[in-house]
Parts: sequence; C-alpha cells; structure tokens
Amino acid sequence: MRYSALQVLRNGLTGNKSWKPVWRNPTPKSHYDVVIIGGGGHGLATAYYLAKKHGITNVAVLEKGWLGGGNVGRNTTIVRSNYMLEGNMKFYSHSLRLWENLEQELNYNVMLSQRGLVVLGHSDGQVEALARRGTVSVMEGDDGVLWSREECRARMPYLNHDDARFPVYGALMHQRGGTARHDAVVWGFARAADMRGVDLIQNCEVQGLRIENGKMVGVETSRGYIGAGKVGMTVAGRSGQVAEMAGLRLPIESQVLQAFVTEGLKPILPTVIAFGMGHFYISQSDKGGLVFGGDLDGYNSYAQRGNIPMMEHIAEAGMALMPMIGKAKMLRSWGGINDMTMDGSPIIDKSPVENFFVNCGWCYGGFKAVPGSGDCFAHLMATGNPHPAANRLLLNRFETGRLLDETGNGASPNLH
Amino acid sequence: MRINCPNCGDRDVREFHYRGSAKLLNRPAPDAGEAAFVDYVYLRENPAGLNRELWFHEMGCRSWIVAQRNMSTHEFAGTELARNAKRGAK
Ligand SMILES: Cc1cc2nc3c(=O)[nH]c(=O)nc-3n(C[C@H](O)[C@H](O)[C@H](O)COP(=O)(O)OP(=O)(O)OC[C@H]3O[C@@H](n4cnc5c(N)ncnc54)[C@H](O)[C@@H]3O)c2cc1C
Ligand SMILES: [Zn+2]
Repeated sequence: MRYSALQVLRNGLTGNKSWKPVWRNPTPKSHYDVVIIGGGGHGLATAYYLAKKHGITNVAVLEKGWLGGGNVGRNTTIVRSNYMLEGNMKFYSHSLRLWENLEQELNYNVMLSQRGLVVLGHSDGQVEALARRGTVSVMEGDDGVLWSREECRARMPYLNHDDARFPVYGALMHQRGGTARHDAVVWGFARAADMRGVDLIQNCEVQGLRIENGKMVGVETSRGYIGAGKVGMTVAGRSGQVAEMAGLRLPIESQVLQAFVTEGLKPILPTVIAFGMGHFYISQSDKGGLVFGGDLDGYNSYAQRGNIPMMEHIAEAGMALMPMIGKAKMLRSWGGINDMTMDGSPIIDKSPVENFFVNCGWCYGGFKAVPGSGDCFAHLMATGNPHPAANRLLLNRFETGRLLDETGNGASPNLH
Repeated sequence: MRINCPNCGDRDVREFHYRGSAKLLNRPAPDAGEAAFVDYVYLRENPAGLNRELWFHEMGCRSWIVAQRNMSTHEFAGTELARNAKRGAK
C-alpha cells in the first residue's frame, strides 16, 4: 500500500481498520543470492538498495531479535556531515544527501528535521579550529557558518555563556545537520525492502558460518541452515563475534554508550547543541523530551547498560552548560554496544573469505550513516568494487597505514 | 564497578584508567615483521566472555594491573600486578 495523505484521511474516517501489516513474516528459504546478517539500520538499508539499485531481490535479512532492537533503536538520532578527513567527508556527505531525499525514496515519513547542529567553542583556539572545520565542510559541498560570541548569546540565551572555566566564545552552525525519527528509519527501510521481495526474518540468530575452500556458502542459524551466494555482516556491536565465526579478527572493540531522556517539555531547544568541553550533546525530540548523551563508558563491554560514573559526568557537563535542564526530571537512560574501531572510522569492505563482506566499526556515529552505508555496501556486494564514496573505508588501512583517525587518538578505541 | 587492586584492595572504577587488551604486554620482537605488529597494535579478540585487560590505578598506587573481566557481566575473575603477570599469556 502506498502511503498518502488521502490514505490517512480515508483510514482515519473509517476507524483505521484497513491498515495492513507493513511487512510479511516469511519462513526462511533454503538458499538466497544474498544473506545479510543483522536487521538494524545498515542491514535493512543494504537489502533495500540491493533490490532497488541492483535488481537483486532474492535476499534475506536475518535478525536475531526484532527489527530495530539494536543500536538503531537506541541512538540519539543525530544526523550530520561535518567530518574533516577526506575518506570520511565524502562518505558522510553522500549519506546526508541521501537522507535529504529519503522520505520520497521510501514513501515513509522518517521525520528528518534539519534543525541545525551547533558545536560550541570555549577558547580562541577552539573557535579557530571550528572555523577551519566549517571551511573544510564548505569546500566539500556541505555547510558551516561561524557564530560570534554575540550571536551565540542572542540565539541561545539559555546557555551559561559566562562559565568561569568554559565560557562560550563562538560556535559552528551546521545548518543541514539535525535529527530523524530512529524507529521510522527502520520501519521505512524494512517496508520498502519487503515490498521489493526481500525476506525479513526475525528471531533468527546466526550461530555459525559455513565456509568451503575459502568461500562462504551459507549460515547456520537458530532456524536451520541457510545457503547463500554472498553474505554481508551488519551486526554493529556484535561484529567481533560474527567475524570470529569466519575465523577473522577485526580492529574493533565493543564498548557501551549511554543516552538519556527527560520528561516531555514545551519546545525550548530549537537545534542540536554540542558542548565543546567534557563532551555533552543535547536535542529535544518531537515528543518534547530532552535527549542527551556524552562519551563512551570507557572500557570494553557487551552489557548494553551504562555505568554511574559516566551518567554523573554527563549530568555535570549538562548542568555546566545549560543550568535550566536541572529542573527537568530524567525519565530513562539506556546503553547500546558500539563497534569501536582502532581509528574511530568505519569499515565497508570485502573480507579475506570470498563472498563474505563486512560492514562494521560504526562506533557511536552510524545512525547518520544508515542510507550511505546501505547504498555503498549494496554497491560493493553487487559489483565487487567499493562505491566511490566509501573507497577509503577499507579493512586493510590498518596494514597500509592509511588510517582515518579524526581525533588523532591512535589505537585506543575508548578515546575516539 | 569496583576493581580489586592487589595493592589497595577494592576500589571504585573512577580511580582507574583503562588501556584495553593485556595483549599489549606481548610486544613482538623488533624483527618479527609487519604482520606481527599490525596484529599487536590493531587486531583484537573482543570476546563476549572473559577478557584479559590492562587497568592503571591512576588515583591510587599508580600500578598497572592485569584484570580478567567478563565483558558481558562485568564480573572480575581475578587481578594481578602487570609486573608479575606472565608474558605470553593470552
Ligand atoms: C546511545 C547511543 C547513541 C547514539 N547516537 C547516535 C547519533 O546521535 N547519531 C549517529 O549517527 N549514531 C549514533 N549512534 C550509533 C548508531 O546507533 C549505530 O552506529 C548504528 O545504529 C549501528 O548500525 P545498525 O543500525 O545496523 O546497528 P543495530 O541496530 O545494532 O543492528 C545490528 C543488528 O544485528 C543483530 N545481530 C547481532 N548479532 C546477530 C547474529 N549473530 N545473528 C543475527 N542478528 C544479529 C542485532 O540484534 C541488531 O539488531 C548511537 C549509538 C548509541 C548506542
Ligand atoms: Zn592500587
């Protein structure tokens, strides 16, 4: 069923009785041309673009839980393209352009809101670095506008501009950045993939990979063996474990990132704001809750829940920047397992095992990458060649030394 | 989370700095070749069970500690001073 205003009106007037389930619930076939492991944003988008752009529709997405139960349903939904290294810039720029047409593409309201993302600077040096970042973005074809101290005061009166340690000296406004509704992105890609014949198979955990003569031939799952021409891995925080089934070790450690949301409030925060110190970022959801987060908990973990020291640190940073939020009650907090790479940038590549492709290392920033990653991974799996926008996101960069280390922190995943 | 420092006893995690896999104790020989160093610097087991890892008791005795911790439950199976830890152990 194609969605339209007319559909909404007709169904609204007839008691909403004729809506159909949005995707089928198929039983797995014995063989697919392509099997994608992991039904998060990246897996679903990959399946969609395989069908849409490359005509490969004999595809299954295998999800051990339910669609969107992983990080894609746990993130703080920031979408942006303000990176500084060539390989990352062109990729995120490509992804943001896909976001901008995503609703038309999927015929689904993903509630993309380009409300702008403001990164604050708290010293002359930091403001100069922001100016450079903005210039680099503009040269890449993205955007960035520097706000002076006075503009910051006028546009964000609720910030603590005169904090003794971290006064606000200026900011970089990334106008095309913003937020989207995370669940809607999942449902939109799932529905669009299903409509093109992709089988979305939930409660189906991949427990082993069958490799014959160095070639991937299929996957062992909790619902039996499924043969596959090609297998793509999009399991985010579980990348290390699934890769291990293929005998591979990755430059990845799994770590927890937390997020927090307050009770619903009237609209008070028109943009996304990132504190330049102590790391704290915040936006207001369409329901009114303030959604915020900060750094990783700091050590390897598969626990999918956060620790108290980081919660305290984030609350302190929030109070330093925006004292008014102290009156809001925090409703919920949660954690997700991030696939942190050794240089903080992602990997979309073939693997040493023939017909096995890896898409991983999204760290805490893979939500904005969902359409770009799906497009580029589908391109790689269909054609055998990297997509031009992702031709630096290679696995062997850790051997060749062509790392993409935005923060310059070196091989310490907890610091990226 | 509390970490049992062999010198100081059970201490809050805030006192410690994390450095990742204890594999870093086993630096390859200078002539071991590039592959060995790529493996040493970048590749990780990343187990969902017991991980052998390095913690620095920064705000305590300032010793490096090797801990065995379950990455799914955060339960510690043991800690020892890195200086006593067996090199070459996984
Ligand atoms: C708290 C938090 C905040 C974040 N904020 C942002 C943000 O503001 N902006 C941004 O761009 N990014 C953000 N991220 C990062 C982003 O959410 C992730 O990088 C991205 O969602 C990962 O890709 P995915 O959607 O495919 O992962 P997931 O949704 O985690 O999908 C992976 C799926 O694989 C499944 N799976 C795992 N193992 C198996 C198996 N063996 N068999 C079958 N299925 C399996 C899992 O169940 C899961 O559903 C945040 C992450 C967290 C945790
Ligand atoms: Zn100590």
